[in-house]
Amino acid sequence: MLHEQLANLGASGIKIIERLGRASILFWSIWGGLPSLLIRPRLLIRQIHKVGVLSIIIVTVSGIFVGMVLGLQGYYVLSKFSATQTLGIMIAASLIRELGPVVTALLFAGRAGSALTAEIGLMKATEQLAGLEMMAVDPIRRILTPRFFAGCISMPLLAAIFNTVGILGGHFVGVDLLGVDAGAFWSQMQSAIELGHDIGNSIIKSLVFGVVCTWIALFEGYDTLPTSEGVSHATTRTVVHSALAVLGLDFVLTALMFKG
Amino acid sequence: MSQARAVETIVGAFMALGFAALFFLVMQVSNLSTNVISSNSYQLQARFENVGSLKTRAPVNMAGVRIGRVESIKLDKATFEAVVTMRINQEHMTIPEDTFASILTAGLLGEQYIGLDPGGSDEYLKDGDSISHTQSALILEQMIGKFLFNQVGGSSSESKSSESKSSESKDESQSRTKDNISTK
Repeated sequence: MLHEQLANLGASGIKIIERLGRASILFWSIWGGLPSLLIRPRLLIRQIHKVGVLSIIIVTVSGIFVGMVLGLQGYYVLSKFSATQTLGIMIAASLIRELGPVVTALLFAGRAGSALTAEIGLMKATEQLAGLEMMAVDPIRRILTPRFFAGCISMPLLAAIFNTVGILGGHFVGVDLLGVDAGAFWSQMQSAIELGHDIGNSIIKSLVFGVVCTWIALFEGYDTLPTSEGVSHATTRTVVHSALAVLGLDFVLTALMFKG
Repeated sequence: MSQARAVETIVGAFMALGFAALFFLVMQVSNLSTNVISSNSYQLQARFENVGSLKTRAPVNMAGVRIGRVESIKLDKATFEAVVTMRINQEHMTIPEDTFASILTAGLLGEQYIGLDPGGSDEYLKDGDSISHTQSALILEQMIGKFLFNQVGGSSSESKSSESKSSESKDESQSRTKDNISTK
């Protein structure tokens, strides 16, 4: 009985490490496709359209609402200290440092990551990937590499859009609805937000999240069981693992970047 | 082909939008814009013994109207005074020479700003001029310290006067006990 359980534990451990190993190998083979991608940037552009452009709406709408909620809640707390002029700092700092990259990455995993997994999983289930291999086309270079770099490029841009729209949403609620002074809102924000430390780190964060989310999505799709059930499992795992990875990595990155 | 072109155009628009958002963050939200000197303004300087928690970009107000902002705060190594450089909008060129600059606080916990009280001189301050009449920031601890010091000083002088009065009418032992009570 105990023996059985031990064996199960060991089997699952080996399975996890195997998957990690396959994921790492896939990561490096994707990078191997970079030179051929540079020759044919059309492939990349089409994927940026799928991954990035089609995510703009969800990112913009959530950005506006997150910013507006921050404005409302921040005003509620800050008005107790009659420090509502610092609303700009609160909205901008929390958006740029944390919420922008994290929420965008979560939305990105849900909107673009799951689609990538389902697409590649179905390609595998319908043996399109095997067909490409038959024609001496490397499916990793032809299919995965453009999608990976499209995700890496789109994610920081989407996060920047999220931040901007969120700050404008907070401005709308704070300044236009609740009557915080617009000059104080902007000047306090500008005196508190540093270019390299805050915005630079925000871009680094969103880039890391973009790499991780796209990588997980591509690996789950590429590694899926070629059945409809396997694809559905893979899609679920993409969203769950991406969300966990983003939140965990966010803690690590925040601890490294803003420990001061 | 035309459809591929349309996709490329949309992607181009997306990337332009993303970079515009980054540009907005860099220019409007971060402190980079503090380094950009606007052309239609002029500089004034003022020396303060203590600027408190005044920061760059703090507003410069006259009669409650914002007319400029603090550009830089430096320490004069010779006199150990803070040299505050302000940038005033060009339209407010008519600040009298004997204007009084003081560091004030907006509200109890609010940000600090420079308030200018205009003097009566007919001569106006020019670009690069220095405001000679200044008042430092009020530091709360120093104020409390002064207040306490005044309280203690006031009460001891009172007890002395009461002692001299009492010695006239009553004997010494009584006045001593009174003195003890008052010092307690």
